[in-house]
Amino acid sequence: MAVTEDTSTAPINGKPQSWWSGLSLSSIPTPYWFVGAFMLLLPVLVGPFMLFQVFGWALILGMIALSLMFLGGYGGMVSLVQMSVAACAAYMLAIFGDSAITQISLGWPWWVAIPIALVIATGFGTLTGALAVRTEGIYTIMITLAIASAFFYFTRQNYVLFNGFSGFNGVKPPQLLGVDWRQPIPFYYLTLFWAAVAYLSVLYVSRAPFGLALQGVRDNARRMEALGYNVTAHRIAAYVFASFIAAVAGILLVWLNGQVSPGTAGIGPAIDILIIAVVGGLARPVGPFIGAIIYVLLRTFALDFMVSMGLSGERFQLLVGLVFLGIVFWSPDGILGLWERWRNRMNSTDRLTGETRDKDGGSEA
Amino acid sequence: MNAIANTSTMATRLSATGTANALELRGVSKFFGALAAMQDITLTVKPGERRAVLGSNGAGKTTLFNCITGDFLPTSGVVRMFGEDVTRFPPHDRIRRGLRRTYQISLLFGGLTVIDNVYLACRGVSRNRFSLIRPGRSDALMHSAAELIEAVHLTDVQETLVSALSYGQQRQLEIALALAGAPRFILFDEPAAGLSPTERRDLIDILNNLPGHMGYIIIEHDMDVALRVAESVTMMHNGRIFKEGNPAEIEADPEVQELYLGGGFTHG
Repeated sequence: MAVTEDTSTAPINGKPQSWWSGLSLSSIPTPYWFVGAFMLLLPVLVGPFMLFQVFGWALILGMIALSLMFLGGYGGMVSLVQMSVAACAAYMLAIFGDSAITQISLGWPWWVAIPIALVIATGFGTLTGALAVRTEGIYTIMITLAIASAFFYFTRQNYVLFNGFSGFNGVKPPQLLGVDWRQPIPFYYLTLFWAAVAYLSVLYVSRAPFGLALQGVRDNARRMEALGYNVTAHRIAAYVFASFIAAVAGILLVWLNGQVSPGTAGIGPAIDILIIAVVGGLARPVGPFIGAIIYVLLRTFALDFMVSMGLSGERFQLLVGLVFLGIVFWSPDGILGLWERWRNRMNSTDRLTGETRDKDGGSEA
Repeated sequence: MNAIANTSTMATRLSATGTANALELRGVSKFFGALAAMQDITLTVKPGERRAVLGSNGAGKTTLFNCITGDFLPTSGVVRMFGEDVTRFPPHDRIRRGLRRTYQISLLFGGLTVIDNVYLACRGVSRNRFSLIRPGRSDALMHSAAELIEAVHLTDVQETLVSALSYGQQRQLEIALALAGAPRFILFDEPAAGLSPTERRDLIDILNNLPGHMGYIIIEHDMDVALRVAESVTMMHNGRIFKEGNPAEIEADPEVQELYLGGGFTHG
């Protein structure tokens, strides 16, 4: 159990145990130790730019894409509104907290402004969900896309509350415990902490009754109803959970950029989140983070790469698009699917002879 | 099947319901546009009664089930369960009141394991459906799920993904899902369809060994199965009730023989 993503269930006839019983250190699989150690030691290995602009940004986008993965992968609902939920939280923090736009910002302390921002953004995502859950497939995508674009145009045209085209700048994290959280290393650890919390909670909830029931709704909504589940309520609850994750990411995003404007929640960024989740893989919660790091690396270095190849720098979007096209073309289930197929092949072929062997180990078992 | 009897608290709940009929349909009709799938059905089933519904394809048997479970709202008429008018209730509210059903074509959760499928069924009719806490090893519902799986002989594959099960195993799982919790009344929609002779015998055993207070309606084309698990029979034809009686009467009825047994259906 614990933090593994396997589908095994605890033996039934064990000694009485409580829900946290599986969370002992020894039950954490090896890859987690490696990835965990790498992420924790990253500030020693890379400079502030990589830490802040690449990994910080990737972790935040990963969280937003994770909220989409939770809805899409476990719930079968593709929502394009997750970026708008994050931007909503960012705007609310700027409005209730501090920003350079002092005519609008109320300047309330962070411990008031952050909870308010999270509640409002989660409420916004939940309302969208309540509208979208009665539809399926492409109609869910259309409704959430419509709400995302409505949010974009509303923020761009409303000057009283959202300060129109320019939005808010000068939104900074609070100085707390004597640490400036905007500095690359503290900010990196802050995002790493919240990304890890979001990742582990999605992993945990996926095997809890609520998450299992959500996967049941994805596989067969009608049967879930015939088992006593209120399918609509379950889907809306999934939006609450996912929107909260996106809202937390939105707070981090406005601190990373120092500003929020209509462009944060445009149609482009909304679709980028979908691309990140699909390229990484929707099957597991780690997929969105893989997708996010690829996306951020491409966005950051494609231009330099094009120039170094003697090509025009403005065409960097072409390279970004080609790489994504390639990934989705070779592996419709994203990087995760690619990796899983590779691992299966490694497990099923003897590396010396190239012969196929059965799954449970050596050919001479 | 002791497992099912042990996990249910049926006896206590049943005594509270008094003498109300398990199921009562009054003039229930269902139209799809101008097409009458089911017309003026009046049907009473006593608690614990086991009834077979027979009829050719298109006779309205599955529509009848869908109206009882609430998958379809009837065009007119009243559906009562244990004395309560449930005509406008959504399916999940009827299920929580003790109704269960199986489907003619298995409706399972292919992306989940067998134990998770049954666990969901047990959880669906209990509290904390929205729980964010993972079930522990001593979880009572996990116990019930494992017992149900044992009752339908699927213990060996309980960790297997349902999409990887054989057809017969999926049919058995279909039944396990309907037996979860404390059913008071079950609708079986052709549970024997496509099963091997051995699997049929197992099915008949499972049905005959259900606790006495657990009534059911079974749709079954196979007369051998139907007449061995039911104490009363309703014949449907063209969306209407055509005959009602006990199995012997129905089997001996010349009109039934004409319509059903002689009507191109293989006997067994």
